[in-house]
Amino acid sequence: MLTAADTAIHVDAVSKRYTLGALRHGDCGRLSEVMARAPRRLWHNAKQFFRPNSQRDVDSDGRVFWALRDVSFEVRQGEVCGVVGRNGAGKSTLLKILSRITEPTSGRFGLGGRVASLLEVGTGFHQELTGRENILLSGITLGMTRAEVQRRFDEIVDFAGIDRFLDTPVKHYSSGMQVRLGFSVAAHLESEILIIDEVLAVGDVSFQKKCLGKLSDVANSGRTALFVSHNMVAVKSLCQSAILLEDGRLTMKGTPDQVIAAHLASFALPTVSSSARIVNSGGIKQITTCHATDIAGEVQAKFSIDEPMEIRLELDLQPDAEEVSFKVVMHFYFDDGTLAFATASQELSLSAVEIAQHPRCRWTCRIPSKSLNEGQYMIEMLVLSAELQIFGRYPELLRFETHDVKSRQGWYGKWAGVMRPDCRWSVDC
Amino acid sequence: MPANASDSDTRARANLRYFQASNGKGLIDLRELWLFRELVWAFGLRDLKVRYRQTVVGIAWAVVQPLCTVLVFGMLIQWLGGRASDGSTPYVVTALCGLVPWQFFAAAITQSTQSVSINSGLLKKVYFPRIVLPLSSFIPASVDFLIALCILVIVMLSNGILPSWKLVFIPLLALLTVMSAMTFALWLSALNAIYRDVQFAVPFALQLGMIVSPVVYESQAVVPTDWQSLYFLNPLAIVIQLYRCALLDAALPSGLQILISACSMTVVFFLGMLYFRRMERHFADRS
Repeated sequence: MLTAADTAIHVDAVSKRYTLGALRHGDCGRLSEVMARAPRRLWHNAKQFFRPNSQRDVDSDGRVFWALRDVSFEVRQGEVCGVVGRNGAGKSTLLKILSRITEPTSGRFGLGGRVASLLEVGTGFHQELTGRENILLSGITLGMTRAEVQRRFDEIVDFAGIDRFLDTPVKHYSSGMQVRLGFSVAAHLESEILIIDEVLAVGDVSFQKKCLGKLSDVANSGRTALFVSHNMVAVKSLCQSAILLEDGRLTMKGTPDQVIAAHLASFALPTVSSSARIVNSGGIKQITTCHATDIAGEVQAKFSIDEPMEIRLELDLQPDAEEVSFKVVMHFYFDDGTLAFATASQELSLSAVEIAQHPRCRWTCRIPSKSLNEGQYMIEMLVLSAELQIFGRYPELLRFETHDVKSRQGWYGKWAGVMRPDCRWSVDC
Repeated sequence: MPANASDSDTRARANLRYFQASNGKGLIDLRELWLFRELVWAFGLRDLKVRYRQTVVGIAWAVVQPLCTVLVFGMLIQWLGGRASDGSTPYVVTALCGLVPWQFFAAAITQSTQSVSINSGLLKKVYFPRIVLPLSSFIPASVDFLIALCILVIVMLSNGILPSWKLVFIPLLALLTVMSAMTFALWLSALNAIYRDVQFAVPFALQLGMIVSPVVYESQAVVPTDWQSLYFLNPLAIVIQLYRCALLDAALPSGLQILISACSMTVVFFLGMLYFRRMERHFADRS
């Protein structure tokens, strides 16, 4: 009998190496050189043929990339462990290794029971087959027996809510229906260990609620799960522990709160490139700094959408300018490229005497809390004359990210739109 | 107390099954394959269903193909002077005897060659022993084979030929055909996962193979005696000849010829297994 003290997943010094770009064949060179190399290449290729990834070949010709390096951790029986990290940190590679899809280059891992890996929704689906046929096919592909699928068949159909279309080929389903059916099959797996990659990013609100409910059932039923997500809200509410991967290394293990905080803090501070700063027009010399800060003036790269934030800008004026008159306009672009909003400063007019006394001016633009949506914003800045003549345009002056750590009305996913103002609602009925 | 801590760790990990980088050596793990037998069948059934979806005649294609081939070759050989068989049995029966196993062989090899590359998306998302893919790709071809075999018996009976008692060897021969096809499938599917040239070469090689095997003719009637020993180094020639022995009482190839074929095929089969095992570790990363 397994108890909570038992280990369900034990990862022991696992590393994974990939070779970037296979060996380069047909390098340019004089014909005589190519001919001279031919026998060696033939021998080399023959060797490759039987030992495609042998160490020597990689070191001599290929570029090597370590997707995972010396990763060790344990997950206790019945624990849901979140895997957090940026894109390319090795999260997916880790899941692939633990699902036995690919082998580690070195190290070993132990699994305490049957593993079901949900790395995509609808694994094994075939578009030409009906919903009924696909439930069986996908279930067996994911590791259920035929008898298990048949026993839970009605539950799966119920959960997906597709009973009317059971005998329709899946190719005629809407993408939402396919996702529901795919998740439903996966949700009824009876394995002891679940390995889940970002399945929450799909489906509509009500279905997402069902999925999360199902996942917390998993957490409460004593089964173990490893859960990769970029969704900090979901990690926080579903997981009991978490690990942080950075560039293939495990840099932290702890409670979800600790790990999420470390993950958010790890985002590098954006900088303004020096070439973008020089204005030299309209009496303005250069932009010295441009930062996104909290209200205390601390530079940050990530902001909670519940806190106000400030954009702080410092401009140097040309000390010999006669007089200046300008304003600053900022365009906030959301990560999908939409212009979210624009904001303009009041006009600043300074005489030659004032400029000589204060050649540097500082602008602060406060963005109120509960106005931005979760995501990345990019600021484009324009410096305009009083007559709206453009002195300078700086397309990618600054980037920052916003995040949300609270679930709102049971919704864990992304909110639509480029803004999320805190609108006041009332109802009268 | 570190000693105690590691003790309790060991106890907590007692239930774990460990995995690490394999050396890629060894034959197919039959015990594991047995655990995945339902998957072999599920994939096979999928391919079978998908193949005849949106077709009009459906499974009748399994009948149409050999019959049309016999018709065309029958006419061709008659125009050329008609020396394709010894004439003791009608040409349609002789030719079908060769075509039924050959078409199984050709279909099984064509489909299994692409089995790994076609399913590469699946390979990257879920674990199963990779040998499941070439194995399951044999199922649609086997169904066609069984149907065609029934047609063959019907054609024999309608020509007034009763199969001899040697008919009992047919299941054994079918197994032999599957094993010879598997010999090629192991190599070709693993190679095609990494070198896609293979899937272009295979149909071409199969066309040549049909000519150098006694498919639409009888070897005794066509191949000069001096060439017979060389001709029967082709293991498929032996297999097809054995079908004619079992169904039509044709002459058995010599014991030495059978022995050479059996030995060479066995060696290539096991080498193919080793090669597949060696390469399957890289399917998910490279295919």
